[in-house]
Amino acid sequence: MVILGLLSTMRVEGAGWPRFLVTGLHRNLALMTLVFLTLHIVTAVVDPFTHLGWAAAVIPFSSYYRTLWLGLGVIAFELLVAIVVTSLVRGLLGQRTWRAIHWLTYAAWPIGVIHGVGTGTDVWSLWLIVLTVLCVSAVVITAAFRLFAGPFDPLSPARSAFRGSLDRDEAP
Amino acid sequence: MSALRLLAGRDLRSGSESLAEHVGRLGPLPHPGSDLIETLVSSGLSGRGGADFPVGLKWRAAASGPRGSAVVVANGAEGEPHSRKDRLLMTCRPHLVLDGAFLAARAIRAKEVILYIGEHHQSSRVAMERALAERTGYERGQVRLFAAPARYVAGDSSAAVHAVASGVALPTTRKAASAMVQNVETLAHVALIARSGVPSGTLLATVAGAVAHPGVIEIESNRTLGEALSIAGGVTEPARAILLGGYFGSWLELQRALDLRLDPLELKAAGLSLGCGVIGVLPQSRCAVCETAGIMRYLAGESSAQCGPCYFGLRALADSCSRIAYEGANPLDIGRLQRWAKDVAGRGGCRHPDGAVRFLRSALETFAPEFAHHPAHSARRTA
Amino acid sequence: MSREHHLVVDRIKCDGRGLCAEILPERIHLDEWGYPIVAAGPIPDHLMALAQRAVEDCPVLALALARAENGKRPRR
Repeated sequence: MVILGLLSTMRVEGAGWPRFLVTGLHRNLALMTLVFLTLHIVTAVVDPFTHLGWAAAVIPFSSYYRTLWLGLGVIAFELLVAIVVTSLVRGLLGQRTWRAIHWLTYAAWPIGVIHGVGTGTDVWSLWLIVLTVLCVSAVVITAAFRLFAGPFDPLSPARSAFRGSLDRDEAP
Repeated sequence: MSALRLLAGRDLRSGSESLAEHVGRLGPLPHPGSDLIETLVSSGLSGRGGADFPVGLKWRAAASGPRGSAVVVANGAEGEPHSRKDRLLMTCRPHLVLDGAFLAARAIRAKEVILYIGEHHQSSRVAMERALAERTGYERGQVRLFAAPARYVAGDSSAAVHAVASGVALPTTRKAASAMVQNVETLAHVALIARSGVPSGTLLATVAGAVAHPGVIEIESNRTLGEALSIAGGVTEPARAILLGGYFGSWLELQRALDLRLDPLELKAAGLSLGCGVIGVLPQSRCAVCETAGIMRYLAGESSAQCGPCYFGLRALADSCSRIAYEGANPLDIGRLQRWAKDVAGRGGCRHPDGAVRFLRSALETFAPEFAHHPAHSARRTA
Repeated sequence: MSREHHLVVDRIKCDGRGLCAEILPERIHLDEWGYPIVAAGPIPDHLMALAQRAVEDCPVLALALARAENGKRPRR
């Protein structure tokens, strides 16, 4: 889902893959993620083995069981809620505010991954390691492209050049 | 019409009209009655910044806004390369401009007056500062000077407002905060109307190109373009065409142009406008296609690059013109010019692409034979 | 009272992303530089849902639906 968001920004277009499909998928996956995440939290809380109260699910670092890792998970979850809610009301918030909060994805995702690695109740099986490595690499590679591929907006260089020329220290 | 004129009085080459001379010539600044706005409406005065908007209507709309929050921006940016009238007015008759600005501030209950002066127009800035020093403390306290960057779009009203509000002179589509922008010549006219009750019936124009005495003239609006050229000393060599309104204006065949009266309403009825007041005379010795291409390249380069259709469209239009200019006429480029002109007009965030397209279309019409048969001019460069 | 709606593009916000033209090709197509050309005139009722979707999906919120008023000139 992070990858889809990155691809959106980079204006990637595939044959037969209209851009609204990329953004539409991104949106639907985000909502699905939130649903699965809620399920994950609910099952973790009601699990008799872990003795987690509901408070532990919403207040970071308040559980006795694996305090640090769970706390990170709670933070990641709450960031995600903020991100999704602001996206639902983007029209009311305005583009700048929405964008500022959406950038928190770059924090929420790694925190979520670290939480997963830290609290994994499964014995570390091979498939889990492979899955985690694949997911993380995919996101990192895509993000690297985003970072290093230059402006995706064809007007961006000209716009900056013009704004620079308005600086009154320059002679014409 | 009143007998008052903007440029009467002290010789224009001998410096600014002082406050004493100004008051001696015209009388003290009248206190604007509540009927100043109505007087402006019935005077039919239209803005002299390029858009010809009825001044009274603009003031009426601004006066009905929220109390005390409005700002008056006296637009003296004068980004049009050949225009000199705003600079001249500010340098030689600064008190006319100040009077108009203060009248506006009182009429629309504005708290502040911004003098938006081109950053390189030193003599105007100095003259306005000296004139301010002669005014009352209260008036001085209302005024702030702001340097307009030397870019074509910096003179756009929304750019002026944006510059004053945020420091960046970029045209914007956001609703203008309660600021009223008025060209400095318009404000000078208001200063005259406030005293006599009627418009002066004159306007300022900058005559450029193949005339004996290029420069700023004050001329009655019921006189013709031909008379304007005579006042500027007459054409110095056979002329091919007249550019009426500067780079956002229209090219006109000479014969048609000479008999046109400068009255804004008459020009509008003919689909024309005096615009920023520049009247350019193109001699036959200069190539119309090359001139047009050069101006299109300039206008394309002055796009603020905020909107794709303007930035890319004007560049494509300029490139096509330049190809015709340097490599000779070809039907493909004429077709492109017509197609892109249609696509680009009206699709920018400000009027920059519209003005450029208007200019280009007038060139394609007036210089149709030249565009159709232009030979390659590889060595020729326009100024 | 007229319930005419027009699509209006904020040309400065518009970045030429092109989602609008994908969602509502009946009214919006892209120029050769990727920026939208909006057909003049009100949106017919059967396209209103798609028009609203296009407005919501614009990544930079440059597209809007405006009600037609006297003297209002929605820019294409």
